[in-house]
Amino acid sequence: MALGDVVNDGLGGLSHNVITGRLEDLVNWSRSRSSWPATFGLACCAIEMMASGAAHYDIARFGMEVFRASPRQADIMIVAGRVSQKMAPVLRQVYDQMMEPKWVISMGVCASSGGMFNNYAIVQGVDQIVPVDVYAPGCPPTPETLIHAIETLHTKIEQGEIMRRREKTGAGANIHVEEIPAGSVPVLLGRQSHD
Amino acid sequence: MTMIADEGAQELRPRSELTARELLREVGSVLRLSEAEAAKLGDLPEDPDEDQTMVINMGPSHPSTHGVLRLMLELQGETVLRCKPIIGYLHTGMEKTGEQLTFMQGGTNVTRMDYASPLNNELVFSMATEKLLGIDGDIPERAQWMRMLLSELNRMSSHLLFMATNGMDLGAVSMMIYGWREREEVLRFFQKVTGLRMNHNFVRPGGLAADLPPGWRDDVLRILDLLPERLEEYDILMTGQPIWRERLQGVGVITPSEALALGATGPILRSTGVEWDLRRHDPYLRYDEVDFDIIVGSYGDAFDRYAIRLNEIRESMRIVRQILDKMPEGDYRIQDKKVTPPPRARIDESMEALIHHFKIFTEGFKVPEGEVYVAIESPRGEIGCYIASDGSPTPYRMHVRAPSFVNIQCLPHMMRGGLVADAVAVISSVDPVLGEVDR
Amino acid sequence: MTDSPEEQTEEVVEEVAAPEPEMFGCPMTESRGQLVLHVARDRYLDVAKQLADEGYAMCVDLTAVDYSKYMDRPLPASVSPERFEVVVNLLDITHSRRIRLRTQVPEADATIPTLFDLHPGTEAMEREVFDMFGIAFDGHPDPSRILMPEDWNGYPLRKDFQVGTIPVQFKGAAS
Repeated sequence: MALGDVVNDGLGGLSHNVITGRLEDLVNWSRSRSSWPATFGLACCAIEMMASGAAHYDIARFGMEVFRASPRQADIMIVAGRVSQKMAPVLRQVYDQMMEPKWVISMGVCASSGGMFNNYAIVQGVDQIVPVDVYAPGCPPTPETLIHAIETLHTKIEQGEIMRRREKTGAGANIHVEEIPAGSVPVLLGRQSHD
Repeated sequence: MTMIADEGAQELRPRSELTARELLREVGSVLRLSEAEAAKLGDLPEDPDEDQTMVINMGPSHPSTHGVLRLMLELQGETVLRCKPIIGYLHTGMEKTGEQLTFMQGGTNVTRMDYASPLNNELVFSMATEKLLGIDGDIPERAQWMRMLLSELNRMSSHLLFMATNGMDLGAVSMMIYGWREREEVLRFFQKVTGLRMNHNFVRPGGLAADLPPGWRDDVLRILDLLPERLEEYDILMTGQPIWRERLQGVGVITPSEALALGATGPILRSTGVEWDLRRHDPYLRYDEVDFDIIVGSYGDAFDRYAIRLNEIRESMRIVRQILDKMPEGDYRIQDKKVTPPPRARIDESMEALIHHFKIFTEGFKVPEGEVYVAIESPRGEIGCYIASDGSPTPYRMHVRAPSFVNIQCLPHMMRGGLVADAVAVISSVDPVLGEVDR
Repeated sequence: MTDSPEEQTEEVVEEVAAPEPEMFGCPMTESRGQLVLHVARDRYLDVAKQLADEGYAMCVDLTAVDYSKYMDRPLPASVSPERFEVVVNLLDITHSRRIRLRTQVPEADATIPTLFDLHPGTEAMEREVFDMFGIAFDGHPDPSRILMPEDWNGYPLRKDFQVGTIPVQFKGAAS
């Protein structure tokens, strides 16, 4: 692609001073370089998300330091923290208000799978409510992990794969949810309850 | 498919649907007054009719970075008449989970309640467990001093977080960046000592999980050298600045009797003039052996609370300096085989050590029957842990008295008669952490 | 380890054959060095008022315990155990002392008077106890749930309410 000439020799190196490219590539490039997160900081992960927005880990270099409070103006929803039963409808409402194209990063283990709180009060994975594109593990994930997740998402956006898949299936990271019927013995982890 | 978040009876209801007592409470009167006296509260005339006021909803998802607090405000124009906080959006069932986890694992659960000062949560839980076990008098000196060091550093990082979010809420966005910059220094030290930046699970029953790494003194001294001049910068940036003062002075006023009646503790109570700090008046760890001042305000407004927290950072630095001098040598953990696992190196050599380690980490240690309540001073107020044990390795009932849960009850009082634009300043000055409010 | 203070107290009481220690007519015990007052439900409000007059002006914490799995817990002889216990921690700032009240609340009639008029700070704490245990507080100005959604069924911290652990399943795992 002609961009390579510009990168190597500067604009003067281009004989005809015109860059050509596919529209889709340009659109994807601009979308990935300027994706604004919606504030959805819930719990401890929100602190690490704010830390990644602060000076030391600076996500402004990725174009993401403007955390838009209004979901209408945001592109990425970083679900940072545990989602409780009371919060789930609110989460869905905020997600629905976001304009297409929109992506979701599930930050932390509580958002990805319920984390250490496998109980009545926490939704076991935010992908039960919204389609998730990238999962960032950690409790809480350090800002480096979050930036890795963001960069993964940016790469996916640039390649255009997500939007194509989204059109076909409506799902985000293409998770298979297979219901294991009741009666078959599940593998249990952790302590049983008192009784 | 859109689901509507309707919390029915938990929301602010129209005046016609409320009884007189409910109305008094939402209007923000302390019910030790008679109804006649309560009617004279505030500088508002008789409250207007229902159809002349407007009910607005703030949250639970809003940019004020205090988490998922939802506030319903009844306004007349710009003036707030009633305020009702609706919580529960972060309810995690931690007390129920606490009944499933052993006393050794309990720290992982409790530390995520007040996620701005996790070490204090672990400390109060460990202290309650130790009291039940009866070993609270036998914790080694070095462990106590180390706990104090970490607790004070945590207080510093929590108050820096307050300064950052307070600044941002009031519009001083650069304060957000500065506050986090300072916090990074403290978090780097925590990462070196505990392995994690947050939610450390480092304070365990019996002491701590590991000893301080070599070179820790230099790291702490670096923090102590860096901070004072930066705090001076914040004084110049904010404390003396007219805009800051206008926005905070006289905003969110609470009287001492109201604060005591509502059970508010910490900077809120101290801002009203009541000198009550558990580190001085109910000392734990080795706080009676270090020298520090209790910062007390006089007006009970948001500016006092801001100034108290700023100066508490300075007092914490003073305590940390004394700890640096006085830190004794010794064990970082009690050598009682019941609660302390063997050193990792021994597990390779000895079968008994392996079995001992295995038992402690899977089955847990049995704690004698009884119930106990232990309270310490967290950056937000008095955090207490009530544990009832039935002799098994897991608590029968674990309850944490969260300071923010009780402090949030002050919000209607502080907001009544104020402007809607001050609502954010008031919430920010109370400094709630919703993780411990909802648990 | 030596006997707990409660056992020691009981031993001493048996030897001397004196009436058990009490305050305001309610039996008083000691738990790990902390004073505990076992108050009967009908005297609960009176004792709280008397303590407030005595100086215990701040109610620090109000919570409850469901003892249905541990009914044989150690209690003074004159107190008959019920399913629920409401536990109130009071603080006296001027003298820096604390006291704990424990009141038995039966399952069949799970109500108790509210401390709201005496200590307005108990408003949220009592709502939480109602939400988590189903204990109703007479005279509370706003008896609604606080932590769970409004339409939630059940009281989560009761012992017969399941934790709700979802078994972790692995794709293709053998059973």
